[in-house]
Amino acid sequence: MVIIGAVVGAPTRYLTDMAVQKRHDTVFPWGTFAVNVAGCLILGVLTGAVSEEAASDSVRLLIGTGFCGTLTTYSTFSYETMRLAEAAARFFAAANVIASVGAGLGAAFAGVALAEAAWA
Amino acid sequence: MGEPTDPDVDLHVPVRRPGSGRTQIPVAAVVALGGAIGASARYGASLLWPTAAGGLPWTTLGVNAVGCAVIGVFMVVISEVWVAHRLVRPFFGTGVLGGFTTFSTYAVDIQQLVDGGRARTGLAYLGLTLLLALVAVWSAAWATRRIVTWRQA
Repeated sequence: MVIIGAVVGAPTRYLTDMAVQKRHDTVFPWGTFAVNVAGCLILGVLTGAVSEEAASDSVRLLIGTGFCGTLTTYSTFSYETMRLAEAAARFFAAANVIASVGAGLGAAFAGVALAEAAWA
Repeated sequence: MGEPTDPDVDLHVPVRRPGSGRTQIPVAAVVALGGAIGASARYGASLLWPTAAGGLPWTTLGVNAVGCAVIGVFMVVISEVWVAHRLVRPFFGTGVLGGFTTFSTYAVDIQQLVDGGRARTGLAYLGLTLLLALVAVWSAAWATRRIVTWRQA
């Protein structure tokens, strides 16, 4: 289950990153930001659904551990932050950390709330 | 310094600029394969070291910190030393390390801690992961660059 989710999640991250960069060629790493926030929202919905017993354990492994786990990334996020800081783009490095963590958490909270409203 | 900002997709380097359609298939395939390996390793770690309910998720923290240290070494080596096959970086950097580390579990675990009345543990986890991840990637890249410079001198 984890492997099936991962085989879909990892290339989705790669292709989304590429598509976003083609449209927004900026210093700010919008591609990684987009997949991370989207993954937090999906995992939030799934976690809410699991706690309402609307999703099974295998769905959790498939979509949560497999798909969302590989769709999102911490290694690319931290590497990009370091490169921005080194490129004297300190503002963007700090903005990347604050925006990614802020939006990721917001998406996670919104996802859980949505799922609880839908399945409660 | 030849390292890019985004280790996964760098449209500023003509060689790395992805073509359309068919040329992307092998890249997406090795990313998928690497992602499966990375995710399996992360899942294995979570089975080996399960997190106690309401406790700080040390396993995810460790997985993310290790993944950040490895990408720090890997990106310096592949940018400065090793002229690798064009599929090596997508396979290992984007696939394996991207699949091994996770941002979604990090965010949702914080949400679960806060929701369960453990806001302090959630905040500590939030800050500790950020700190360790950034220190790991920075110190790993710094040490690797030092070794590379020393060997080339």
